[in-house]
Amino acid sequence: MGDHKKYFTRMGDGSIIYMTEEEIRADIKAGVEDAADRGKIAPLTEEEMNHIYDIITMPGGIVGVDPKDAIVTSNDSGSDKISTKCCIPVDRSINAMIHERVLGADSVDIGLEDYNYKTVKGVAKREAAVLKRALNYTTMPLFYGAMPNLGFYTKPDGPIDNWAVLLPEGKIKEAMAAQEEAVDHAVRDIVFVAEQMHDVGADGFQLDTSGAAGDADFLAALKACEIIREKFPDMGVEIGMAGEFVLGMHGRLKYNDVRLAGLYPHHQVKLVEQAGASIFGAVVNTNCNATFPWNIARVCTFIKACSEVATIPVHANVGMGVCAIPMCENSPADIVSRVDKCLIEICKIDGL
Amino acid sequence: MGDPLGQEATHGICASMGGVRTTGDMVMRLQIAKKMRIDEAKKYVAEKLGLTIEEICDVVTMAEVREERGFGLANFEPYAESNIGMEAKFRIAEVLDIKINSVERFKERAGLK
Repeated sequence: MGDHKKYFTRMGDGSIIYMTEEEIRADIKAGVEDAADRGKIAPLTEEEMNHIYDIITMPGGIVGVDPKDAIVTSNDSGSDKISTKCCIPVDRSINAMIHERVLGADSVDIGLEDYNYKTVKGVAKREAAVLKRALNYTTMPLFYGAMPNLGFYTKPDGPIDNWAVLLPEGKIKEAMAAQEEAVDHAVRDIVFVAEQMHDVGADGFQLDTSGAAGDADFLAALKACEIIREKFPDMGVEIGMAGEFVLGMHGRLKYNDVRLAGLYPHHQVKLVEQAGASIFGAVVNTNCNATFPWNIARVCTFIKACSEVATIPVHANVGMGVCAIPMCENSPADIVSRVDKCLIEICKIDGL
Repeated sequence: MGDPLGQEATHGICASMGGVRTTGDMVMRLQIAKKMRIDEAKKYVAEKLGLTIEEICDVVTMAEVREERGFGLANFEPYAESNIGMEAKFRIAEVLDIKINSVERFKERAGLK
């Protein structure tokens, strides 16, 4: 099968490799089978796998989609990247304008460099002032964003016993109780911040990297979303995930009678819909030790299954280390553009 | 992410509508406000503007439309018809028949409602 020509591609950590047609096709098949097996979902069709192969081996550094098929973008800590990550000292409201008029973003979020709601709560009014300033001068929609980040509520930084310490000590019931208590604290903080942001006119509210601390973290996002949508129906909520499945740090937590631990994106999205969110940010982890063909085929299998069952827009998370984007700070445009094309043309996503 | 050139710029060039360069901001508003999926949101925007899907995704067509109708552009020229920010959002809310939170708050604070 195939010739012995070798094609340029990358590993999941971004390093350059060259693969033959046979090797690429074998890795695509293996990636699809891994996702289908783990998620108990349908594999991609032969035609879809051929399309992935064509996109991977397309000549040129950057590939693209037909302009009519273009999607829209949302961010996590988007307005903070230029100042905090690139060390260019610009105010976040100016950062939002740069995203709008220089980078062509469809939306962006204002977020604190310490991107979690527990920290934001103490400076929420000040954060709202930054958002208000940005809203006055930008045309595109603006979110306020941060992470639920339940781990911040544990001792010594927070008031609750650390379940990551309790679990190895065999204190299972205490660890579960601690996580349940942390959910209540997080929901209160998130809703408080949402109120300040709604008051200055936020278009949307971003609950980013939900589930980072496990099933209790995801539960906090769902509960907070439910309350926010009820109190502020004119402010949408986007729930973005931390990983491809929800870690069962608690193990028994449920939302609307569905156990959260172990849920994959096609099940996560249904709960996000029930919580009233406007947009779901789906995540599939990038495996650094596997090739791009393996990673993107696996990603497309998961995200296609998610997009097919969703009734709300699905924005695939395409930051560093997720959805086949390599785990490296400076992202290679060859892979980023191929990821986008695969997700749009095969998975029919609504945004990135 | 910590790399706007590798991330935002790449997505903007190869996959996204480009925000105010076309009607990406408006389509995004429909996703946030009405939970519309991408095709439905584009169709809604196209119908409200009286344009085709191809036109609402085209930067040259939309630059003219946005300038004529005061919807805000990526560039700003110093003449009376050139809108950007809040004044553009007033017009977008009206043409898309949606409520924009920041516009509503602005009206309250300016004593316009």
